[in-house]
Amino acid sequence: MARGVKKLKVMTELLPQEQVDSFKAKAAVIAHPHELIVDLLRAIQSHHDWVPDDGVLLTAETLGVLPIEVEEVATFYDKIFRRAVGRRVIHVCDSICCWSIGAEMITEHLQKSLGIKLGETTADGVFTLLPTCCLGACGEAPAMMIGLTI
Amino acid sequence: MNAYPQVLFKNRRPGETVLLPEYEKSGGYQGLRKALKMSPGEVCALVKDSGLRGRGGAGFPTGIKWSFFPSSQPGDKYLVCNGDEMEPGTYKDRQLLLADPHQLLEGMAIAAYALQAPVGYIFLRYAYEDCSLRVERAVKEAIAAGYLGKNILGSGFDVELHVHRSAGRYILGEETSLLNGLEGGRPNPRSKPPFPAQRGLFGRPTNVNNVETLATVPHILAHGKVWFHNLALNPESAGTKLFGLSGHLNKPECFELPLGVTLREVVDEFGGGVRGGKKFKACLPGGASTPYLAAEHLDLMMDFDPLEEVDSRLGTAGVTVFDEDTCMVAVTRNLNQFFARESCGWCTPCRDGLATISWLLDRIEFGRGTEDDLTMLKDQVRNIKGRSFCALAEGAMGPVEALLRLFEDEIKDHIRKGCCPFKQ
Ligand SMILES: Cc1cc2nc3c(=O)[nH]c(=O)nc-3n(C[C@H](O)[C@H](O)[C@H](O)COP(=O)(O)O)c2cc1C
Ligand code: SF4
Ligand code: FES
Repeated sequence: MARGVKKLKVMTELLPQEQVDSFKAKAAVIAHPHELIVDLLRAIQSHHDWVPDDGVLLTAETLGVLPIEVEEVATFYDKIFRRAVGRRVIHVCDSICCWSIGAEMITEHLQKSLGIKLGETTADGVFTLLPTCCLGACGEAPAMMIGLTI
Repeated sequence: MNAYPQVLFKNRRPGETVLLPEYEKSGGYQGLRKALKMSPGEVCALVKDSGLRGRGGAGFPTGIKWSFFPSSQPGDKYLVCNGDEMEPGTYKDRQLLLADPHQLLEGMAIAAYALQAPVGYIFLRYAYEDCSLRVERAVKEAIAAGYLGKNILGSGFDVELHVHRSAGRYILGEETSLLNGLEGGRPNPRSKPPFPAQRGLFGRPTNVNNVETLATVPHILAHGKVWFHNLALNPESAGTKLFGLSGHLNKPECFELPLGVTLREVVDEFGGGVRGGKKFKACLPGGASTPYLAAEHLDLMMDFDPLEEVDSRLGTAGVTVFDEDTCMVAVTRNLNQFFARESCGWCTPCRDGLATISWLLDRIEFGRGTEDDLTMLKDQVRNIKGRSFCALAEGAMGPVEALLRLFEDEIKDHIRKGCCPFKQ
């Protein structure tokens, strides 16, 4: 009983109950509930910043699929974070157009001013700095994305 | 400034998105009205006769692809719009969706009718949240106006569109990987055959087209095949194309230009010439997987067949220009790092081969390369080509092969000098 209550609390930290219910309702009426896996992982991530193991379990339980089926999807995508990240993820483009216009210098500068290397999070847990491939903003190179904003 | 006819970009204004009333005023949804008065087969035939070729990179004739689709087969059939757009140097679909997204929806409604595939998915990459929001708003407007949803324009035909937001990885742009992504499976590619038209989404017949391809269809319906054909400067070709310029140019912007415009005109007139008054050295003509063009190619027509004749490809027409001071070994190294990182790891030639090429290019670029490395580089290319499970690794070989063909001297210079000659 006590464990059940704790579990529920942890789950609502991952995603508000209304959203869990709405995913459950959707999964119940569509023919292929797996198609909601990415949506649900993204919903958890936008609420909780990243997807811990419990997030994988919550996704599996909500959609009525196997945890391994969720995990093999979650680990494929580079924009689903299976490890803790800061509240703001900064993605710096290192693909060709940005590279040709000095992306390496921008990355250097960001690393220096944040005091972290690529792949790391600032000590206050605010920023994570990650490299990314082309963001589709090649005309405005060098490009970066903070959260979901290019 | 751009005196060429504007079709996809005719309503485009910086920082604004066209809403339904303005789209209608500019002739929007007239193509759909016309299509619904024709038979599905007639619509397919018109698109085939128009000469439209796929804008997603491969340039496959759209009408021919549609003619393979088993539209009369009973049961679920799907239409998918590929908006993954993750090939470096490619940003045209985003510009189109930000400017005037109803064109895509109208094109999808027409395609759904022509293929008798009433359920469609619009697959958009993670970074394109701005596009997703605008497309969703447009879908709502179109449903309210009766262009999408049940019984569109009183025709008795239903069209249901869903937006899928992805979560990264270039390989999702490969159509079978994309279908696995939509289904919520692990998105490695599938073997072909069976092709998506036979067994696609959820095992059902599925047609996949690029954003720009679908957005072009309404204009063909509205104005006809002769008009479309005459848009191109190349008499063998048809239509306009979005060119996304980037790299060492004064004006790295996105332009709608006729197919057949010369590379020189693209670079000098539209790109504003090479930055800092420097000379043009090379470019990627259509994204990271297309073999380089060099100065000797400046007077070529930017179009599918003319570029294939010089062992390159138009690809997505994302033109990335490099000036005379650029080291092409370093460029190729950056491109190959992208492909190696984005390899899905399914097959050995790609997973291990691209990593080996990265290692060899590192050695050469940083002055540790030998003649044996050059031999091994050529060997790797030979062994990867034609042996990978999907076209990602094949595409990755584009720039490496072109480096060997056009700039072998530059590689040898690195080896001889024991350093990058451009960093001296
Ligand atoms: C690795 C790889 C990535 C691709 N990425 C895209 C993409 O982002 N957008 C796209 O439309 N086509 C992409 N394609 C091509 C698609 O597989 C498919 O051919 C295309 O969507 C068909 O549309 P079209 O006939 O309208 O060009 C990619 C292909 C490969 C092999
Ligand atoms: S070629 Fe590369 S991306 Fe394609 S299946 Fe093989 S490993 Fe995956
Ligand atoms: S290469 Fe950086 S946004 Fe395209």
